[in-house]
Amino acid sequence: MAQSVQTHTGETDGRPPGLRGVVADFSSDQRAFKNVSWGKAMMWIFLLSDTFIFGCFLLAYMTARMSTPVPWPNPSEVFALTIGGQEIPLILIAIMTFILISSSGTMAMAVNFGYRRDRRTTAALMLLTAVLGASFVGMQAFEWSKLIAEGVRPWENPWGAAQFGSSFFMITGFHGTHVSFGVLFLLIVARKVWRGDFDAERRGFFTSRKGNYEIVEIMGLYWHFVDLVWVFIFAFFYLW
Amino acid sequence: MEQVAAHAQAQVKEQHQQHPIRLYLVVWGFLFVLSAGSYFVDYVGLHGYLRWFLILLFMILKAGLIVAVFMHMAWERLALVYAILLPPLLVLVFVAMMVSESNYTIFTRMAVSGGAQ
Repeated sequence: MAQSVQTHTGETDGRPPGLRGVVADFSSDQRAFKNVSWGKAMMWIFLLSDTFIFGCFLLAYMTARMSTPVPWPNPSEVFALTIGGQEIPLILIAIMTFILISSSGTMAMAVNFGYRRDRRTTAALMLLTAVLGASFVGMQAFEWSKLIAEGVRPWENPWGAAQFGSSFFMITGFHGTHVSFGVLFLLIVARKVWRGDFDAERRGFFTSRKGNYEIVEIMGLYWHFVDLVWVFIFAFFYLW
Repeated sequence: MEQVAAHAQAQVKEQHQQHPIRLYLVVWGFLFVLSAGSYFVDYVGLHGYLRWFLILLFMILKAGLIVAVFMHMAWERLALVYAILLPPLLVLVFVAMMVSESNYTIFTRMAVSGGAQ
């Protein structure tokens, strides 16, 4: 134990910056991510794997769209809504985008207040994030039902290339699932913060270990990632 | 033992990401403006290369802001930054492969089945 204390102090002080630091960190024969807790590093690695999943979905969509001679349905018209007798292109998607960005903003602030150990503000901001996330999923459900009512199926649609439906349901469905699980994750962490688990060092129900406010940041990483994926879906699927 | 462990815990400087709230609000504002920009591209109905360029530009700027500030990548140690941000670039290789594959598929579809499906 004493030895590990020694190594840890050795690690934290005077490590080289820049590329030399990268080489030093990876070749140290110990943990590579020195000042990053295991929880955060693991979340990042999970997000990296998720990046590849969404990357493959978008790639499959690109391949389907590029390889069909049938014209692709125009998303600007498909996702238009008639409000007050006027057809506004993509309006629902734009609102969903703004909602998700706002939820990312409130999440970033929740992380900040978490580290200030202001548990009430943190929990309130996380709840607000969860509400925004849930409304996003609600709008997505509305969008899905509207398209299904108009005859969009994974194998056909009234406007053009059949692959439109399968790409749409796959990509937005998978993203919506991520948002839904994120909301659940947010509610669980918000409850712990509200109850003061991280001030009282209460042991977790599942791991029986003491948590700390870093879980809010880890939760935030997941949430921002969901927003990040939406940026790419918005650009490639809805706008392209 | 407990004490030593606690001591060791204190020694590991796992940095907390603490930045002024103002920074998050500014980034939030930028994300709003950029999103409005990309929506605007569709709203005014730009087409062709200008449209694609603007879509990609707004997308990259938004993604960059989210990763750098909201996810705190800008302040992380370089070892983590490289480990997480470099591998996704390999997807671009996959993109190149699938572009060439799609071109081949559409060529055969046009040539053999005369454009059906």
